[in-house]
Amino acid sequence: MSAEPRTIGDISRRLQARTLSAAEVTERCLGSIAERDPSINAYITILADAARAQARAADEEIKAGRYRGPLHGVPISLKDLIDVRGVPTTAASRVRAGHVASDDALVTARLREAGAIFVGKTNLHEFAFGTTNEDSAYGPVHHPLDLTRSPGGSSGGSAASVLADMAYGSIGTDTGGSIRIPSSVCGLVGLKPTLGEVPIDGIVPLSILLDHVGPICRSVEDAGLLHHTLVGTKPLPAIVPRKLRGLRLGIPRGHFFAVMDPQVGAAFDDACRRLTRAGAVLEDVEIPHAGDAGTIYVHLVLPEAASYHAATLDSRPDDYTPNVRLRIEMGRYILAEDYVRALRGRDALRAEVDATLQDRDALFLPTMPTVATRLGATTVSIDGTEEPMRNVMLRLTQMFNITGHAAISMPCGHNTEGLPIGVQTVCRHTSDLLEIASAIEPVLEQ
Amino acid sequence: MTVTAWLELAILDAERRELPALRPLLEGLARSTAALRAADWNRDLSGTADTRLRPNVR
Repeated sequence: MSAEPRTIGDISRRLQARTLSAAEVTERCLGSIAERDPSINAYITILADAARAQARAADEEIKAGRYRGPLHGVPISLKDLIDVRGVPTTAASRVRAGHVASDDALVTARLREAGAIFVGKTNLHEFAFGTTNEDSAYGPVHHPLDLTRSPGGSSGGSAASVLADMAYGSIGTDTGGSIRIPSSVCGLVGLKPTLGEVPIDGIVPLSILLDHVGPICRSVEDAGLLHHTLVGTKPLPAIVPRKLRGLRLGIPRGHFFAVMDPQVGAAFDDACRRLTRAGAVLEDVEIPHAGDAGTIYVHLVLPEAASYHAATLDSRPDDYTPNVRLRIEMGRYILAEDYVRALRGRDALRAEVDATLQDRDALFLPTMPTVATRLGATTVSIDGTEEPMRNVMLRLTQMFNITGHAAISMPCGHNTEGLPIGVQTVCRHTSDLLEIASAIEPVLEQ
Repeated sequence: MTVTAWLELAILDAERRELPALRPLLEGLARSTAALRAADWNRDLSGTADTRLRPNVR
């Protein structure tokens, strides 16, 4: 596939100018899928014929002057939790065998109306209940830059599809970090919007309290285009970058930096220096109960998952992958009184994060304490210490699922092995976040 | 129910259901539940728990 163009913004400008056709860009993606997906395994269902038909229709409409907007004719993929009419939604599980969606999810319908082309349904960690994308009835997804590594999860197939040029953007879900984690380790932009902003109708849930839907793509511009389409904003607003000079960013030290790969820490500190030189004001902040986020998270997500899966855990437990089954089973043992304590903890955390944003524009921190992990590993070595994989991967992201604040991961260089590093920006509202991220993005690319 | 009592019952149930692999997960969950219950945001009718949020000092 040619090196340029690679962003939705670039593609859409050329499609509108008719210097590129939807058929061409769709064939590029399908060609990449044919060439690379056998080794990456990003897709569960490839919609080649339907995508070609959508592309032909898009080209005819654009030629006739009926241009729908920036997503018209752009191939994207969707995490296989999201219903597409007439296509199975497998959730990467044998439990869903035989399922065919009777209608589009609401986000799918909005993308379809915008003229997006659906290339396929991407592989994921079964039922979104994991961070490595290894536990899937369809096999693990492999990192496009290093096939021995995980692309992160649970939206690993989505991230891999974009990184390997098999789609120009993807829609994932994020319950504890499942958009931001794969975005970080794949060097992409991943947006978790404010809780409740994007509808989850027609999407297989993990936790109603914590689930978010958002884009994985190559730029903040693309994230904005996809996000506003999912929300249903019309017309799509342009993102006006904030001025960096005087932008106040809080860095939540303490818990968030206690477990950190030195190269990730160094990349983050370097980004901070560049932002400071550009005029941003960075200061340390504290979130006193940050260390309790993991405890709060498990006492919310486990019982919520268990309640959704109760019937199938009883009727067909062996159709789950073993690790995912066990985690859902744990949820059946959590007492209601402890779920309520976790809800109170959520309120406390939300108030503390709000307090840090009182006189600041955003929080700024790494997305992951490490880079892409090895497939098959259960621990990860951080500065010479073996740490439990799941705890490490969720450490910097799950907080903001609990509190509901909008958070975006952006690429911030690579480690010495060429593996991407990601940084995270957090705000109360997605619209503010996109403006701030748009200002920060060019500094990170220096 | 104390966390200790909860863990004993949970392990018994997991063994009854022939899910021995659940035991270490339940033991880890018990540690987490103990931390959750000890957190200072918990309101307690006895008035013994600190109901104030710690302020953001910066």
